[in-house]
Amino acid sequence: MGDNTLTRMDLSEAVFREVGLSRNESAQLVESVLNHMSDALVRGEQVKISSFGTFSVRDKTARVGRNPKTGEEVPIQPRRVLTFRPSHLMKDRVAVGNRK
Amino acid sequence: MIRSELIQKIADENPHLYQRDVERIVNTVFEEVTDAMARGDRVELRGFGAFSVKKRDARVGRNPRTGETVQVEEKCVPFFKTGKLLRDRLNGKA
Repeated sequence: MGDNTLTRMDLSEAVFREVGLSRNESAQLVESVLNHMSDALVRGEQVKISSFGTFSVRDKTARVGRNPKTGEEVPIQPRRVLTFRPSHLMKDRVAVGNRK
Repeated sequence: MIRSELIQKIADENPHLYQRDVERIVNTVFEEVTDAMARGDRVELRGFGAFSVKKRDARVGRNPRTGETVQVEEKCVPFFKTGKLLRDRLNGKA
């Protein structure tokens, strides 16, 4: 199993190899993809990428939390959280690729 | 928003690119992330989030319809953790 970490640089390198654009423009396009997805999520939209997965925003209600170290109770405000549900195709590819 | 809408937005912003190339660019981004996880690698996109692979231990499962027990093998599943900036933006803090 690999334990490398890929970053934006690796994604823009892949775009650079795939399409004949400059490295600089490839990097900007990767950034645009992430920005458009983030903006849609911030507007409360779901982002559904077929054969990849679905990002959705969920509302969490307020609750009483506890500092696990001190045992002290702390109020947790209502908040919005992002969840990612991988597609079946992604789940299968990840399961098969990492099989021992 | 779905994949084709994302492609359209990027095509609209980049009128000098062929629609076909914009499709390849967007598809490459997602393909690279999936390929990385299939190799067991992590993808860390600061501000947006990180994709990683988590191992699920083998367990004894049960067919909910028949109640029959089945051995479920150890497997790896994709996982996403939201980045700090995006989490803050979702909550109107950035």
